[in-house]
Amino acid sequence: MLRDEDRIFKNIYGLDGADLTAAKARGDWDGTGELIKKGRDWVIDEVKASGLRGRGGAGFPTGLKWSFMPKENDGRPHYLVINADESEPGTCKDRDILRHEPHKLLEGFLLAGFAMGAHACYIYVRGEFIREREAVQRAVDEAYAAGLLGKNAAGSGWDYDIYVHHGAGAYICGEETALIESLEGKKGQPRLKPPFPANMGLYGCPTTVNNVESIAVAPTICRRGGGWFSGLGRDGNTGTKLFCISGHVNNPCNVEEEMGIPLKELIEKHAGGVRGGWDNLLAVIPGGSSVPLLPKEICDTVLMDFDSLKEVQSGLGTAAVIVMDKSTDIIKAIARISHFYKHESCGQCTPCREGTGWMWRVLERMAAGEAQVKEIDMLLQVTKQIEGHTICALGDAAAWPVQGLIRHFRPLIEERLTRGPGHQEAAE
Amino acid sequence: MSDQVNLTVDGIRVSVAPGTTILQACEEAGAEIPRFCYHERLSVAGNCRMCLVEVEKAPKPVASCAMPVAPDMVVSTKSDSVKAAREGVMEFLLINHPLDCPICDQGGECDLQDQALGFGGDASRFADNKRAVENKHMGPLVSTIMTRCIHCTRCVRFAQEVAGVPEIGAIGRGEDMEITTYLEASLDSEMSGNVIDLCPVGALTSRPYAFTARPWELKKTETIDVMDAVGSNIRVDMRGREAMRIMPRNHDDVNEEWLSDKSRFVWDGLNTQRLDRPYVRARKNLTPASWDDAFALIAKKLAGKGAKTAAIAGDLVCGEGQFALKALMDKLESPHVDCRQDGAKLSGPRGNYIFNTSIAGIEDADALLLIGTNPRLEAPVLNARIRKRYLMGDFPIATIGAPVELTYEAETLGAGPDTLAELVAGKHGFSDVLAKAKRPMIIVGQGALTRADGDAVLAAAIELAEKSSAISDTWNGFNVLHTAAARVAGLDLGLLPGEGGLDVAGIQDAAQSGDVETVILYGADEIAGASLGDAFVIYIGSHGDRGAHRADVILPAAAYTEKQAIYVNTEGRVQMTEPAATPPGEAREDWKIFRALSEVLGLTLPFDNLAEVRRAMFEVAPHFAQIDGLSESAAPKAPAAQKMAKAAFDYSVTDFYFTNPIARASATMADCAKAKQQRDGEIEGTGTHG
Repeated sequence: MLRDEDRIFKNIYGLDGADLTAAKARGDWDGTGELIKKGRDWVIDEVKASGLRGRGGAGFPTGLKWSFMPKENDGRPHYLVINADESEPGTCKDRDILRHEPHKLLEGFLLAGFAMGAHACYIYVRGEFIREREAVQRAVDEAYAAGLLGKNAAGSGWDYDIYVHHGAGAYICGEETALIESLEGKKGQPRLKPPFPANMGLYGCPTTVNNVESIAVAPTICRRGGGWFSGLGRDGNTGTKLFCISGHVNNPCNVEEEMGIPLKELIEKHAGGVRGGWDNLLAVIPGGSSVPLLPKEICDTVLMDFDSLKEVQSGLGTAAVIVMDKSTDIIKAIARISHFYKHESCGQCTPCREGTGWMWRVLERMAAGEAQVKEIDMLLQVTKQIEGHTICALGDAAAWPVQGLIRHFRPLIEERLTRGPGHQEAAE
Repeated sequence: MSDQVNLTVDGIRVSVAPGTTILQACEEAGAEIPRFCYHERLSVAGNCRMCLVEVEKAPKPVASCAMPVAPDMVVSTKSDSVKAAREGVMEFLLINHPLDCPICDQGGECDLQDQALGFGGDASRFADNKRAVENKHMGPLVSTIMTRCIHCTRCVRFAQEVAGVPEIGAIGRGEDMEITTYLEASLDSEMSGNVIDLCPVGALTSRPYAFTARPWELKKTETIDVMDAVGSNIRVDMRGREAMRIMPRNHDDVNEEWLSDKSRFVWDGLNTQRLDRPYVRARKNLTPASWDDAFALIAKKLAGKGAKTAAIAGDLVCGEGQFALKALMDKLESPHVDCRQDGAKLSGPRGNYIFNTSIAGIEDADALLLIGTNPRLEAPVLNARIRKRYLMGDFPIATIGAPVELTYEAETLGAGPDTLAELVAGKHGFSDVLAKAKRPMIIVGQGALTRADGDAVLAAAIELAEKSSAISDTWNGFNVLHTAAARVAGLDLGLLPGEGGLDVAGIQDAAQSGDVETVILYGADEIAGASLGDAFVIYIGSHGDRGAHRADVILPAAAYTEKQAIYVNTEGRVQMTEPAATPPGEAREDWKIFRALSEVLGLTLPFDNLAEVRRAMFEVAPHFAQIDGLSESAAPKAPAAQKMAKAAFDYSVTDFYFTNPIARASATMADCAKAKQQRDGEIEGTGTHG
């Protein structure tokens, strides 16, 4: 279990104030200017040494991503864009950072922006996050007033501006290139890659898009050293992570824990255990709605980090742990997730536009026992036709939960379809 | 070459230029890649996912239309995974596509149909209901059946990029995404018909052509358009004698593959208001007559009065006809010939009256000044080329004339000659832009040249071109934009007032005073009937329009789709039409009419067939023999002229849909004009509007 002194987000529950004074008391903005004076390469090297992997879902090494930005400025400005469009079902970690730890975030913006030669940072806040946007804006105003942002930010000699942008509530705008499109005032649709944002991003300029949590941990990493962070967790899966535990647990919560904590320990220690006891567990979606679910047998032993979950054909994603006990109609649950992806598909490319609706309709019929057994294989094939064939990862995200369902609960589906309509167990 | 990129496609080594896409490289290697959203002349969208190929070391199939080649790439277009990907995408496209091919106008020329046959599976596994989408109103030209839409966004990209009117877009998302125009208004573009060609399915089809024919029953004739002076390459599709539709043909240097709405949809004008037999005016009314009677009447009127005869050639007439008319007038010993019915003050040297830069050359220019021209209405396809250049960036554009809505940003410098004079004197801010530019372009429109001081404007424009290095050994940036397809050929053939001859204005004055007793209007329909006084008017043309209404004798001639004839476009490009049909009824090819008339008058012209006409014509204008050629022209030379007047420049085309007799005969053009008026709020809509 993570020791309290290794906790990065000391105010994640909002028990303390979110204002600048309180944040400073917790250690934020401590010597930021001095850190910056150590130079771009130093910041990037510390983050690289920490082994930090992106907290938005894909788990791409953050330091490496920063180093993709052109070293020299070719006349175009560089931009840092913060993805606060946290919309993955089950995920609510960035929200608490925005509400309770905004200064940690702002300090991270400055460090990260400096490390990639950016003088401007945009933070794209999810449309539904009204109070969160207000909290961030308040913090930005405070920071400007205190000289921590603007000209010669925090005495570093680096000019830095932050703009808070409010989205309109589209899941797809959490995809980095769709976010950039939306920020430019266009319809939120992912762009083709290449060119990658590090070459041609916002307004055609070099841009890096980072998740809120990835950026918010950067100041602490720089202050305590990459070695401290990489000392937590295990190789390739280092540091601490905010886990969001929801569903059929006694005490749903956000909690910062060490990477690689066993799933069972995470649920039992922090979430008060599964409703009705561990044996009442049916399945867990370990990383937000887009990763395949895990049945209880796997949940018994699996560790919560990128590579361990990949080994069991799932993923850490956003580390949003959705717990489902035996009262769950698992087919109906996945059908609901499928509906979400059908609803949020941008409609740009064919497999996702047409495939998400198809999957959802088949799953709804399956949940009602109104499909044929042979449609299970067809459904699986449809997921494969979507996966890897789309412009962005939403296609994959829509396909994986369905694949997980069929992989682990095929007998259940077959049984329901064999019995026919009208016999499904009442969902909760 | 060393900077080529080598890669392997299906085991075949190919070498392509850097920046080439995989799709293009595959085509180079002879591998066919199916596609829906990709179009060579539009930006890459990569959304249909039909062109997925396998690239070694890539974790996922790659959209070949969007991915540039890399050295030593190994591409497979025939592997099982590629086949599976294509079948998968095809299945997705078809699950919500209606199975209404038998009643779909796209049938027989549908990309989806063809590719479903080539790359699709054999049966549908989709057991749920198909999506239905409400149709959108897109105006009188484009019919929509939006359930068929596969969301390739070609139409959206065309409107944004080529037409320059960002009025088509997608609303909604996911499977509820729909393509629509802004507030379902008809598209405010003169190029809107091109979305019909671009649509790979039957979602956007031609409204005037709807349910009239199937592509395989049409006889296709490749010819040239005459609705403007661009000389767009077209294909006329006929069923029997009736023109069913007009489609663009690709010509990289002229119209690329675009076509203006007027050129595309004017075909119903070819079937209506036709002059299909001679008429003579008896008492007050025009009555049908035989050729012999008509000729006899003309012979009687012209007897001994050849020198009191004048001739005006119109906007749509061909080179052969104009040549024969000129030859006849020479025989009549009349110098009163003019091909400039709009009164433009244009004459030789050739560099003074053609579009010297050439249409393709616009892409090499680096600054542009428009003088008294609105290319959007005068030559929409050429305007699209200006927009193409504009989108490449670093292309300052300025106009002199009343502010008009163009499809690119342009600075309006002033309204008339004063501004032009300032530019010539180097006293205007834009003078610097022109001076600094290496290859500046100046386009002078007919609106600036048809005025009384047109020659002075021309002289000033040429002077400006010379001063701003628009004319050098390697670059000729002085351009005249014509609006009449016939004009350059007429000027090349010397249909201008001869020694002591009268020009158009002079002919009209003389007709009123009685000095000219007979006026031959050869397709000239823009002359006000009353301006010809009591003169005896012979109208030779294809349509019963203004000229025919004033005529005392009508001799029916062929329209541009009914003869093999030479036209010269505004850039001086010689092109030849091909007959899609024979002239209707007793109508005859133009040159034959002049030849027959000359015989009746006892002044037989020295040619008996088309080859002989051409041979004689090539002696006058040798460059006419070079079809599709752009011959060298003499450099522009400022004519001696008086001072320019003060009045602001007008534009020659304001009523885009009604510029010539064929367009005025077209019901479709009338619908377009009405839709345009509704859009502009000039008239109230009817029915369910607003």
